[in-house]
Amino acid sequence: MSEDAAKSPRTERTIRLEILRQDGPGQPESKRWESFDVPWHPQMNVISALMQIQRNPVTAEGKKVAPVVWESVCLEEVCGACTMLVNGRVRQSCTALVDQISPEGEPIKLAPMTKFPLVRDLIVDRSRMFDDLKKVKAWIDLDGSHDLGPGPRQSQGNQDEAYPLSRCMTCGCCLEACPQVSASSSFIGPAAINQVRLFNLHPSGKMHAGERLEALMGEGGIADCGKAQNCVDVCPKEIPLVDSIAEVSRQTTRHLFFGWLLR
Amino acid sequence: MAQKTGTKSTTGKVRRVIVVGGGLAGLTTVIELCEAGVPVDLFSLVPVKRSHSVCAQGGINASVNTKGEGDSPRIHLEETVYGGDFLANQPPVKGMADAAPGIVYMLDRMGVPFNRTSEGLLDFRRFGGTLFHRTAFAGATTGQQLLYALDEQVRRYETVEVEDEKGIRLRGERMVRKFELWDFLSIVRDGTGRCVGVVAQDLKSMEVRAFPGDAVCIATGGPGIVFGRSTNSVINTGTAAAAVYRQGACYANGEFIQVHPTAIPGADKLRLISESARGEGGRVWVPKDAKEKRRGRDVPERDRDYFLEAKYPGYGNLVPRDIASRELFNKCFHEGLGVYNPKTRANEHEVYLDLTHMPKEVLRSKLAGILEIYEKFVGEDPYENPMKVFPAVHYSMGGLWVDFERRADGGLVRGSPRNQATNIEGLYAAGEVDYQYHGANRLGANSLLSCIYAGLECGPAMASYRSSMPSSAFDVASSVFDKAEERERKAYEAILALNGDENPYALHKELGEVMLRDCTIERHNGTLDAVLAKIDELEDRQADVGVTDTSAHANQGAQFVRHLANMLVLARVIAQGARARDESRGGHYKLDFEKRDDSAWLRTTLAMHDGVAEGRSQVRYVRGFDYALLGATVAVTDAVDVSLVKPRVRKYEAAGAASAAATGKI
Repeated sequence: MSEDAAKSPRTERTIRLEILRQDGPGQPESKRWESFDVPWHPQMNVISALMQIQRNPVTAEGKKVAPVVWESVCLEEVCGACTMLVNGRVRQSCTALVDQISPEGEPIKLAPMTKFPLVRDLIVDRSRMFDDLKKVKAWIDLDGSHDLGPGPRQSQGNQDEAYPLSRCMTCGCCLEACPQVSASSSFIGPAAINQVRLFNLHPSGKMHAGERLEALMGEGGIADCGKAQNCVDVCPKEIPLVDSIAEVSRQTTRHLFFGWLLR
Repeated sequence: MAQKTGTKSTTGKVRRVIVVGGGLAGLTTVIELCEAGVPVDLFSLVPVKRSHSVCAQGGINASVNTKGEGDSPRIHLEETVYGGDFLANQPPVKGMADAAPGIVYMLDRMGVPFNRTSEGLLDFRRFGGTLFHRTAFAGATTGQQLLYALDEQVRRYETVEVEDEKGIRLRGERMVRKFELWDFLSIVRDGTGRCVGVVAQDLKSMEVRAFPGDAVCIATGGPGIVFGRSTNSVINTGTAAAAVYRQGACYANGEFIQVHPTAIPGADKLRLISESARGEGGRVWVPKDAKEKRRGRDVPERDRDYFLEAKYPGYGNLVPRDIASRELFNKCFHEGLGVYNPKTRANEHEVYLDLTHMPKEVLRSKLAGILEIYEKFVGEDPYENPMKVFPAVHYSMGGLWVDFERRADGGLVRGSPRNQATNIEGLYAAGEVDYQYHGANRLGANSLLSCIYAGLECGPAMASYRSSMPSSAFDVASSVFDKAEERERKAYEAILALNGDENPYALHKELGEVMLRDCTIERHNGTLDAVLAKIDELEDRQADVGVTDTSAHANQGAQFVRHLANMLVLARVIAQGARARDESRGGHYKLDFEKRDDSAWLRTTLAMHDGVAEGRSQVRYVRGFDYALLGATVAVTDAVDVSLVKPRVRKYEAAGAASAAATGKI
């Protein structure tokens, strides 16, 4: 269909974007929906539509406005930056192809994620996710970068298990979709828990597994998971987050009962 | 003397250094500095975990010789300088090749989920310009995995407190302080010209602020966005490199831009399909019949032209990128044999990259990351259909000039303050933003390696510079920083006041179109003159830009105006360097000067900013210069150190051409 449209004399086909905007964090009064009509082109995605607004920031009503701001970096769904609500569903906007999300030319609604502090327009502040990685010590306790020879041998089976977990982009989809994550709760969310599983799986990481588990045993920890399983549905990298939560949950239980014995 | 080697300055401040950029090179530099006990302020345009290194796919080279093929760092060195058409200084390349196995082991210890052999060792695959299995990989998202591992180590240092020289912890002072979502504006130079800090802007509050630092490392990556669309991330405008170039840093070999042969055409970005697709057995072909109407997978073997394999029986689909890109370009532009599209009744600028003959489980285990990108953006299943690809701007071999100190045996003196030093005292550079390791053409999977190796050299170099400097940046008069901050604040206010008719994003589009069309695979002096005239025109029109956003919060429009100005400066360095170099070498190819000319051009292009005349930036090319470092004067020329591997003509038609030692062993 798309290629036919490209050839059609009706080259003025446009796509309507409806965007939830706000000028800054302390300015809820500036919250508003604005509509933009942008020319359609082949292989168009939400980002290239937003880029057209940058070049011509005029609303559908003909009003000149400040261009919409959003975060993006890689444009190939590997950096996690451009996460937002596209037609109400949390996802990366770079892979949101216009022909797929608006096959009949329906308006496309864009809004910022709701579980993070708003910065402006479609930008939110996800720094809590990076702070959470500190809390759970999501790293290998390396002795140093000097040459100490090869790392521990690992089976390809181990790689098969670890690699998918390691593809988490800290994009925020799982936190946005989780009913347990909200302004009134301190639940750490699936992303950090998955990192605990990843590092506790590694031959050297295992040596500090207890510290990571303890970080998840207090308030806001793993016990706050409500098992809604929304996280695994929205994860763009198809990380088995529910399995990760179950596995780490088993590890914390074991650690709770036997941890002191194993010390 | 306490201030010289101590943790604190005479005024009692913790003496930090600054790293700008949080990709592989920047993060490695930070780790090395922390291990040397030097506290760091790390600035990044984006949360470092989203740096462009995340996009690297295929892998990282190291001659570990797991497959028993007889590979060695010596051969790695030879193939890298041969692939780079002998424009790289060889001692740093030797240092890199020698360090490579240790680097991969370090990454392995950091927890990078590299693919494994059946014995549980690191697995290696093939890449361009070599016959050996030399590339370690984590699926097809190796850059992401490496970036994350380094990011995790740096995050650990964010939780570690600084210790003074007596081992006493300084409460609340962390080894690493991150300033993410800050835009680098310029360096601060003191009365003697030393770099003593940076001015940066918070991209949320738009606050402009000066920061002292005993030394500064620029690790901000390449300038791909100068070409409009490329395989680069949207943040890769080269703005930091351009800013320090404008402040006096030398920019070297700017004209050497790598065009990657296989990317997916797109409106916002040209998405890379890694060379590892060919390393694992992918084949490039076009239908023999220019009007072939059948779909790729329905075209039988006898009607396909595997043109790389035919012309280069030795290296086949794995000839270096400059050569592969030119061959693809030839097929599509000159021979008109790009894949025929029955709907548009035209031969598209596309060739097939075919993996359909490969077992699906191998593809899933080793290439899923890139095949997923193809599937998501093109909407076709690459397991069943040959992919359609075309070359795209990918990497800059050129960049900020940096020094090195060589040992008698050809390697580098570790910890020499000259390593990775720019010609501005106290200013260092590492990663794609430096020009050091790839000569005229980079081999695949050498970029992750060079970024990390440069960081491994840069950190110790900065640490020894810091301990030898006569006085700390933290003892420099505050008026020096106030002045720099005021200068940048005024510049920003001037941008906000722009109310002309030109849209900066539209100007950028025009720049990108011209650069992409006329300053990439094939270059002609006539069209390069036109490119330079276009840059003149765009610099003139830039004066009439209107800023579309005057918001005091997260103002991307005003930021872009600044980046555009810097992109125009770099575009001129690139285009003018290309215009001047009348020869063909690696990624720089002129039809009118088809041969490499070592007598005239076996030398580094050294570009210096020569001020602005009537709104247009001026470039001065020099054959050498002196720079000051810790009270000494270092004399630099444009001669290339080719003392380890004697230059010879490149001929990839024969197997083993890149290294005599490799012949007959595979």
